[in-house]
Amino acid sequence: MKNERKTTFLLITIPILALFVCFNTIPLIRGVIYSFTNFKGFGTYDWVGFRNYADLFSDARVGKSYLFTFKLAVVTTVVVNVISLILALALNSKIRAKSFFRGAYFLPNILGALVVGYIFNYFFTYILPAMGAMVGSDSMSKSILSSPDSAWIGIMIVCAWQAVAMNTIIYISGLQTVPEDVYEAGGLDGATGWKQFRYLTFPLIIPFFSINMVLSVKNFLMVFDQIMALTKGGPAQSTESISYLIYNNGMSGGQFGFQSANAVIFFIVIVTVSVAQMKFTGKKEEQL
Amino acid sequence: MKEDMIKRKTNWTAMIVLILGLSAIAFPLYMTIIIAFKQPAEMTNSVGGILSLPKTWSLDNFREAMRVTDFWNSLKNSLVITLLTVALSIAIHSIMGYSLGRNKGHSKFYSFVYLFIVSGMFVPFAILMMPLAKQTAELGLANWFGVIVLYVVFYMPMNIMLYAGYLVNIPIALEEAAKVDGASTWRTYWKIIFPIMRPMHATVAVLTALAVWNDVMTPLVIMAGSDQNTLPLAQLNFQTQFGTNYNLAFASYLLSLIPILIFYIVCQKQILNGVVNGAVK
Repeated sequence: MKNERKTTFLLITIPILALFVCFNTIPLIRGVIYSFTNFKGFGTYDWVGFRNYADLFSDARVGKSYLFTFKLAVVTTVVVNVISLILALALNSKIRAKSFFRGAYFLPNILGALVVGYIFNYFFTYILPAMGAMVGSDSMSKSILSSPDSAWIGIMIVCAWQAVAMNTIIYISGLQTVPEDVYEAGGLDGATGWKQFRYLTFPLIIPFFSINMVLSVKNFLMVFDQIMALTKGGPAQSTESISYLIYNNGMSGGQFGFQSANAVIFFIVIVTVSVAQMKFTGKKEEQL
Repeated sequence: MKEDMIKRKTNWTAMIVLILGLSAIAFPLYMTIIIAFKQPAEMTNSVGGILSLPKTWSLDNFREAMRVTDFWNSLKNSLVITLLTVALSIAIHSIMGYSLGRNKGHSKFYSFVYLFIVSGMFVPFAILMMPLAKQTAELGLANWFGVIVLYVVFYMPMNIMLYAGYLVNIPIALEEAAKVDGASTWRTYWKIIFPIMRPMHATVAVLTALAVWNDVMTPLVIMAGSDQNTLPLAQLNFQTQFGTNYNLAFASYLLSLIPILIFYIVCQKQILNGVVNGAVK
């Protein structure tokens, strides 16, 4: 009887584990192997040792894409979380048509990022400049996507437009865990408005704040669809995210081996950032 | 609840913030709808010209967009890929979550397998993409079926974690009672445990469906040579064919958004619950 249970569990686990290894672990290992070669994606290739990695650190284009991706991830995370917190507080307060508002505010999240990107592309290229011209502003009357200095702002806006929805409902579920009598007790001690938020509400929803931080940073570091729809990495390669660069140069640019090395570093960066964030926020939670 | 309603009046500051914020969500959608219905001749260069209502509400743009982007085929591919991925995920991930969840407490092997698979969550697609493009081509899987196989693998870490977490709340006594009656482990799972995990199936279905439906990168990399498109991929591949006919392009964008909008309107509650459950657990 006991053996039957053991056998069944093994018969379930082994094939599914094999599937996972076949399409996750093996490609991961192959990626690492390619990163030590000068493979172009076709034909023959040679071992080059750590040369790809050495080149990676002196490659201006790669460095630029890391800078851009991190700038985008950090700024978007801050913007998204500030807006989400305000919206969540508003949506959780005593308002009319609560379920309508909650439903409407989540809508952007279910739409495909690529199509949303195309829609905003048109908005940035034609409508916003036309509005700028109408109010007589010179700097606003050309597309923000056409200048290397401002194109990232357009990408940030599109990322934020969709991500706010997700973070807001996570904050709402956090706010719902705060019992009403905490506010009542705090109110007696004079904690209202900003003080109430700073010293009562926020400390109680820190676990949800951590979830949002980890999710946001990880998602924005991997940004791809928005780049594809808005700028294709331009102008002047100013908006090439790491994922976009790996896709573009690795899949069709003949840099299969070199971009594999880039992907390995990117993988290490993602793991390090996620683990560091979890450690950091985990410590903060303990202190409370 | 009732007491609460008497004590606190409607918070009008919050209402004003929310109504203003709503315009930021509504505006791009309004813009999409009216441009999709207009004719190129109606698109003047002024803001008023672009944003005014169309003179006639004609479906011509949509008919043309469907023809240009092979809409029905792309829709069919997207539906088949999403539905099969969801069905396979629920079947495979739930039983794997059960197998690992029930054994990882007392077996080193199972707890290792659990950690091994769950840590797959940190592997970005960027590192797998190039080897997988090669591998699927070698195996003859550079098509919609290969995409489904990959999705089942990609969402395994997240879904197994969700199922194993949910299982902690299901008492093992239920299974032991069934065993006394002589049922096999396999039968016990499908007859007793699988139905109990229904709330988690809903969460997994919602999360997996949303992620798969909107994904561009996997089909882009894997199905590139197969002449087949998913809905998002069709937008990407036919982008050049729209040229400067933005009305046609927007009709196509709107068409590709309609299925998920209908799904959202019908299952809004389940979707919101699913997303919160998935993120918070």
